[in-house]
Amino acid sequence: MSSATLVSPPPAPGAPLTKKALTADHPTWCPGCGDFAVLASFYRALEKLQYPHEKIVTFAGIGCSSRFPYFVNTHGGHFIHGRALPFSAGISLGNDDLHVFVFGGDGDGFSIGGNHLVHTARKNPNLTYVIMDNSVYGLTKKQTSPTSPIGFKSKTDPWGAIDQPINPMRTLLNSGATFIARSHATQVNHMTEMMLRAAKHKGFSVVEILSECVEFFEGAFDAAIPRKGGSWKLVDEKKHDGSPEDANRHDVTDEVAAFKLASESWPGSFGVFYETNQRKTKNELEADIIAKAKERTKGATDLQVLQSTFAKLR
Amino acid sequence: MVSPNTPETQGGSAGSASAPRSIQDVVIRLAGNSQDGIQSIGGFLARLAGRSDQDVMTYMTIPSTISGGPSIFQVRMGTGDILSAGDRSDMLVAFYQHSYDAHISSLRPGGVLLYDSDHVTPNAEDKRFTQIAVPITTGTVEAVGGTSKDKGKNIYVLGVIARIFDLDVQKLATLIKERFGGKNEDVVRNAMLAFDAGYAWPQNNLSDLFYRFDAVEKAAIATGRPQVTLDGNTAIAYGLLTAGVRHGAGYPITPWSSIMETLRTELPKYGGIFVQCEDEIAAISTALGFSFTGNLAITGSSGPGLSLKMEALGWATMAEMPLIVVNVQRGGPSTGMPTNVEQSDLMQAIYGSHGDTPRVVLAPKNVEDCYYIAIEACRIAREYSTPVLILTDQGLSSRIEVFEEPDLAKLMQKPGADLSDRPATFKPYPLDAITHHAPAGSKVLTGKYPTVTGLEHDEMGHPTGSSKLHTQMNAKRREKIKTLAASLPAPELNGDSAGEVLLVTWGSTWGPAKEALVRVRAAGIKAGHLHIRHVHPLPNGLEEIFKRYHKIVVAELNDEGVYGFGQFATMLRGRYANPAIVSVAKTDGLSFKVSELVAGVAKHIESTALDATLATSRPSALAAR
Ligand SMILES: Cc1ncc(C[n+]2csc(CCOP(=O)(O)OP(=O)(O)O)c2C)c(N)n1
Ligand code: SF4
Ligand SMILES: [Mg+2]
Repeated sequence: MSSATLVSPPPAPGAPLTKKALTADHPTWCPGCGDFAVLASFYRALEKLQYPHEKIVTFAGIGCSSRFPYFVNTHGGHFIHGRALPFSAGISLGNDDLHVFVFGGDGDGFSIGGNHLVHTARKNPNLTYVIMDNSVYGLTKKQTSPTSPIGFKSKTDPWGAIDQPINPMRTLLNSGATFIARSHATQVNHMTEMMLRAAKHKGFSVVEILSECVEFFEGAFDAAIPRKGGSWKLVDEKKHDGSPEDANRHDVTDEVAAFKLASESWPGSFGVFYETNQRKTKNELEADIIAKAKERTKGATDLQVLQSTFAKLR
Repeated sequence: MVSPNTPETQGGSAGSASAPRSIQDVVIRLAGNSQDGIQSIGGFLARLAGRSDQDVMTYMTIPSTISGGPSIFQVRMGTGDILSAGDRSDMLVAFYQHSYDAHISSLRPGGVLLYDSDHVTPNAEDKRFTQIAVPITTGTVEAVGGTSKDKGKNIYVLGVIARIFDLDVQKLATLIKERFGGKNEDVVRNAMLAFDAGYAWPQNNLSDLFYRFDAVEKAAIATGRPQVTLDGNTAIAYGLLTAGVRHGAGYPITPWSSIMETLRTELPKYGGIFVQCEDEIAAISTALGFSFTGNLAITGSSGPGLSLKMEALGWATMAEMPLIVVNVQRGGPSTGMPTNVEQSDLMQAIYGSHGDTPRVVLAPKNVEDCYYIAIEACRIAREYSTPVLILTDQGLSSRIEVFEEPDLAKLMQKPGADLSDRPATFKPYPLDAITHHAPAGSKVLTGKYPTVTGLEHDEMGHPTGSSKLHTQMNAKRREKIKTLAASLPAPELNGDSAGEVLLVTWGSTWGPAKEALVRVRAAGIKAGHLHIRHVHPLPNGLEEIFKRYHKIVVAELNDEGVYGFGQFATMLRGRYANPAIVSVAKTDGLSFKVSELVAGVAKHIESTALDATLATSRPSALAAR
């Protein structure tokens, strides 16, 4: 019944955090689902990052992809559909020491949670968000999603989708996310690299991963799989080496260039589209407000502050 | 020393033609436009009450606050317990003709109409009242002069009132200085000029209109703590700060907004954070995220916003996450009457959301209780790992009351998450104990970390489809609320402990109901008043109390519904299956008047004496004798 009976001996203090220690329930995804590879990459990224185990948080909304936290042995949670981002902002702001990772699907992130995505990007809390985009509603079994291409035949559009799909990269750029990358679930090394860079970014970092739903949208991302005749094109990032070729490479701090990348025709490029370190995180901005307030109260204790507040009410 | 032209007779009857008449309390209704600052007259009187040796208290309502439009402010001050705003007024101060027209009917026979003779022409034939023409506008302009025009009329009127009721001028002057002291010197000087001119007017013109509040024996105050003056929303915010809440999130909506504004401003001084979110769903989600880190958090809203929080509230019950949700009720449904009072969110607060979601709902009875209930809510949320709703209302939110300063040093709680290591026996959802989460950041010594979840789960938080576990976990979530119920104190019962009728109230109806009880019993009826603060779960033992009365009259500010019973009455009937439970409900957007409650009781019992009480209209305390 409960896996509490299957407790493995706790890792020795100071032992490195391994995939074994990070593994929890066996994933319930369909065999062949792209999400397995995303999970594998996340383990790898965590093995590289070596954060203290108790300081990692894996969090999600609702969807196939959002089952993620059950499969990762860290503090974690499975919230309601579309609202994982504001919850996770609370986690990040509630304890600045934590490393917060949020996982979810395209419906969770761009449809029901669309407004939260915009506002989380605006606020820039320190956390990493991985969107596992399969361009379909997987858990509810094949309805049109906000990234389903026009013409995609779903149970809610049996004749083919008619509504213009969202362009995730443009949406994220527009919202003001401070780190935006794109990857593909068939590219484990690339995914791991993107997750690592996202985790190290200070602020709201987003990685959109095209992750195929073999059950309801088979072949959705073949156009970017070389062995299926597609093209895998990486973002050619500026190396700042002064070479003549470098002038034509992509500057990740250049928002206009990022928009250009985001507007390429399908399947487009993969890699970091945009990153800025010019904006303070919400965590820092709130800390600034606290520091200023404390300066004004000259280090008074909580009780002294409250007492002086009540004194003004006499 | 107050100002160059301080009246010599300040604060006393010396030199006055007649001695002041003694009164117990007075209800003054100030009617004007919202930009006239009539609310600040009330603010000054309330503050004065708080600082007064005479134990004067005030109680106020702001029925309409549309900016720029007509506005009224009612203040009742006197000695002893002031429990309600007063049904009708003893004095009407009318700034404009429309103020006079709309509010003259609120004046008790024998009351005093004080009007601005520059703007109002009253019906000279109307002999029911003492009519007093005061040139409020020209008086203010003359006193202050310069370019400020009639700005300061409110302070002029404060002066008039101070003289008529023999208020402590020194203390009022201090309050005026404190209030305007931050601005430039001219502002304070102009205010004092207006005040003195107002004070001098009755002295020179109406020496017979002169009252003083009874000096009552002050109950020995053992604590020696001073009185404080604040509104219900502020009291809730300070209660939360006292209880160690350092995190919150919200979205603006009247009348909740001032709580979030206060917390946003105050929390940084305590090292805390309040986030303004994109909507109410994000707000409760962010608050739950804070709680997940071990920092009990607060979110809140009013009616429509509470509806938006319902899905996440269901999660909070399922995941057993402590959380404080404040709901400041207003007239509904939908946008309804956003600046009026109602108690129509009760069912939503208790039963809203999907599935079976046992949770805790507390309702404060007055402003002081707003403070203490906030502290209690935090204790319950932490002890039982549950969402707790504080169900207050528009009336309490803006009403200013005076009460003894809480014992802050004793009540202040240390904030912070418990991030200590969790032993190998740790389970997030033990079937044989109340959940206490291991917050993110705490080490679990088995090396197995918990998942908090909205899916049905086993003791470790793993999802399950087991019918047995769903039944067991539903019982776990229910039983802890029953454990809480068993620990609750018996509710406050006043009056006769058995008899003809028991008046049952919750929330802000406490004050008028306490007054109504006095009147009902004065008519010779054996009656009690039971006030319930813990509206869900109910304290144990109420059926025993109910059995002792022939009729149980439940009074509340919501609709009688399709079946003829208000929301709380419906609940109590369902809970106790007692047909003696009847309902008095109304939705006019105003707090209960004492007379309405007495009439409500009269409707359900046979009593000619009570009917007679209702038929007589009591003359004003100010009436000439
Ligand atoms: C409030 C609410 N509405 C609808 C649902 C049903 N629902 C669950 S998951 C889902 C969509 C899942 O799609 P996506 O987010 O793309 O995740 P995927 O399953 O494709 O990984 C929906 C509509 C729900 N759980 N909650
Ligand atoms: S339904 Fe699709 S998204 Fe869901 S687990 Fe199966 S393959 Fe993956
Ligand atoms: Mg999807």
